[in-house]
Order: sequence, then structure tokens, then C-alpha cells
Amino acid sequence: MEDKRSYSKVMTYRDSVYFYGNIWNLSITAILLLAPVLCCFIYQVWPDWALLGAGLIATAPMYIAVGVVEVFTYIPMLGTGGTYLSFVTGNISNLKLPCALNALEQSGYDASSEEGDVVSTISIAVSSIVTTIIVALGVLLMSVTDLSTMLTNNPVLEPAFAQLIPALFGGLGVVFVSKNWKIAIAPIVLMLILFIAIPGLGDSVGIMVPVSAIFTIISARILYKKGFLG
Amino acid sequence: MEFSANSPVLFIIFGVIILAVLGQSVFFLVRALRRSKQLKMDQKKIRKTVISSAIFTIAPAVSILIGLVALSYTLGLPLPWLRLSVIGSLSYETIAANNVLSSIRESIGSLKFGDLTAQQFVTIFFVMTISIMVGIWLVCIVCKKVQGGILKMENKDKKWSDTFVNAMFIGMISAFLGFVFCDFRVIFEGKTYGLVPVLVMLSSAITMALCGLVVKKFKKITWLADYALPISMIVGMVVAVPLTMWLGATPVTA
Repeated sequence: MEDKRSYSKVMTYRDSVYFYGNIWNLSITAILLLAPVLCCFIYQVWPDWALLGAGLIATAPMYIAVGVVEVFTYIPMLGTGGTYLSFVTGNISNLKLPCALNALEQSGYDASSEEGDVVSTISIAVSSIVTTIIVALGVLLMSVTDLSTMLTNNPVLEPAFAQLIPALFGGLGVVFVSKNWKIAIAPIVLMLILFIAIPGLGDSVGIMVPVSAIFTIISARILYKKGFLG
Repeated sequence: MEFSANSPVLFIIFGVIILAVLGQSVFFLVRALRRSKQLKMDQKKIRKTVISSAIFTIAPAVSILIGLVALSYTLGLPLPWLRLSVIGSLSYETIAANNVLSSIRESIGSLKFGDLTAQQFVTIFFVMTISIMVGIWLVCIVCKKVQGGILKMENKDKKWSDTFVNAMFIGMISAFLGFVFCDFRVIFEGKTYGLVPVLVMLSSAITMALCGLVVKKFKKITWLADYALPISMIVGMVVAVPLTMWLGATPVTA
């Protein structure tokens, strides 16, 4: 005989996660948007609108497109509570998702079951808490030791930080190119030619980012349609 | 109020926000633990889930700190602390901030946080915040529908959507890989400083490739995968010091 109390609790739990998840996420959205506005009032300054526009044009369309795809891709994998938490705290593909999958595998519960949903939520919540605490402790240590002042006042380190972009993207490039070399050839060759041939283009890298992204999507689409991407 | 990118006021404001995010995690954790008892789930398995998730997270969390140090050179500590604690990553935030700074002929790593003006700071803050937020509120609209099967990605679309996301990232990275070569042409004029970023990039790339090979060959060193990006970044930055002394620094333009 069906246990109506536990059945109604199943509906109540998941519906409550949707309900509270919406409240938390929308509240945090509002808080995050208000934070830069609050800084403007505190320091009595407004953004440089031209720079803001240029920065948003160069950045937002791509991040929004990736964000939309990630939402539809990850929701089925993260469980209900885990989904709301993951899209607030980030690091989904490299931390939250593997953490949840690892927890599910160890527990033996099915990902689509209520129990699996609970396990995913627990693992992602714990991961978020631990990350937040470790990063906060690190920041506390760095501010107590005034690390950032030490770094900027050390002339020996100046060239190290001046080359942060090449140092970061050398490693990132290997990660993405090694997985998708067919997609990577065309945009890398194009960007190399443009940046070497056109003096001063380095000042416009913000514009070249979306240009390169659009070019890569088009060339990837051509490769995809022709069946070259497997 | 006089502006500093390391102002205590910013630490307090951003600390409150991060506390709210922490509060959300605690809220859902407590509810899920309670539900696990209602469902009479094996509590030993639940305890094991908690412990293994905590341990699983330590290495990636420490690697986030390394990225935070790198960003703090230009942005101070509070803003990278906020951005790397909520949705965002080292590469996302670096690109967003750099897209603003490049318009004023600066970049992450060339501008020190002490020289950052309040206006530059809030502009970067707005771009970082607005660009990355869509996931936080979009899940509120579609989560129930996707889980209910009303909205779903068709299998054939899923392959293209994976390709689309990869293409987007590769496009962004290609632009910065090209940017690394923007001073390369000076070698035809007999100057060598244009080689520094290229060699730094190559050092970082080789380090990443080596880390990847080690992880592949020695399956027990899986922890290295969490640190490969910060290690390759640090190697590149360290190598930049002697390379700059040898080949020269990029001249500062007015």
C-alpha cells in the first residue's frame, strides 16, 4: 500500500527546493547587481560608459551564450538543489559536477532518483562551503601579510606579472587545443596573422575576442556539417 | 571616500555577499540532510558523501587561491575574492577585466592595483558582474521545466551545443594567443622584447603538456590535474623574469 505521507513529502521536498532555490538565486542576483552600484555611491563615481560599453560588447555576448548552453547541459546532471547552488558558486565542470558524480558513484544511488538528488545536493553544498572557507582563509592570510602590496612593490616580480596573460593562456591553450585541434587551427592561424601583421592591434584585443569567437563558431559549424568533427 | 582596491570597506561589502552565498549552501545542505533521514537513507553513506566531497574540493580550492593572487596584482584582493567565490573563474575574470583595460592600453598584470582608479575599478566590476550572471537567474526559469522533461536538448543538438561551447572558448583563447604575438614584428627591426611573451607562453604550454602526460602515465597522481593550470601559469611567470632581463621589457607607451 502506497505511503501517502512519504509520497506527499517527495512532492513537497522537490517543490520546496524549486521554491527556495528561486528565492535564493534571485536574491543573490539582485545583491550581485547592487554591489557595483553601491561601490559607485560610496566612491562617488560612475563607470566610464564608453569603457563599460566596449567591455560588455567584447565580453557579455559570449559569456551569455555559454551560460545558456551550460544551464541546459548541466541541469540534468546536477540534481535540483545542486543546480541552484552550482550556478551561484561556479566551477561547475571542473569541480561541482565531478564532485556530484563521484558522490553518486560512491553512494550507489541512481542519479534520477530522489535519493540521488539528495546525494548530489549534499556533495555540491559541502563542496561550495569548503571552497568558500578555504578561499576566505587564504584571503585573510594574504590581507594580514599585505601580500598584494609586497607583490606590487617588488621590482623583481614586475616582469612576472606583466606576462600574466601569456602565462595563463599558454596553459589554457594546450587544454582546449589538444581536445579540439580541428576547431582550433583556423582561428589560431587567423589571429596570429592579424596580430603580427597589424601594428597596434594589441590595444583592440577586447574587440578581437568576439570577432575570433564568431569566426571560430562559423568555421566549427562548417566542419561539423561536413562531418569532420566525428 | 578615498579609493583603494584593497579598502576594508570593499572587504566588508564583498564579505557580506560571500556570507549570503555560504548561507545558501548551508540552507540546502541542512534540508538535504534532513530529507535523507526522512527517506531513511543509509546515514553512513551520507557521512561518507560529506567527507569525500570535502576532501575532493581541497585541491581545486587551493588552486583558486593561486589565481586570486595573480588577479590581485591589478585588482586588489576583495574583487577577485568575490569573483572567484561566486560564479566565475580565473580565465573568465581575466578576460572580462582585460577587455576593459585593453581599451586604455593596459592589461591584467601591467597595471598595479595601487594605480587603479575608482572609475576603472567600478567599470571592470560592472563588466565582470553583468557578463557572467545569466546562469544564476536562468535556472530559476527553466530548472523545473528541464527536469520535468518539458524542455530538453535533443541528442543531435547536444553534440552541436558541446561543439558550440568549445568553439566559443577556443575563439576567446585564440584571440589572446594572437595577442601574445602583437609585438613579434619588432624582431624584424632588430629588437628582441617581442619574443618575451611568446617564449613565456611556450614555457607555460610545455609545462601544461608535461603535467598532462604525467597525469596520463601515472594514474595515481590525479591531484596534479587540479594544479596543472596554476603550475603552468606560475612557471610561465617565473620564466618571464630572466627572459625580460635577457631580451628586454616592452617599452611603456604614453
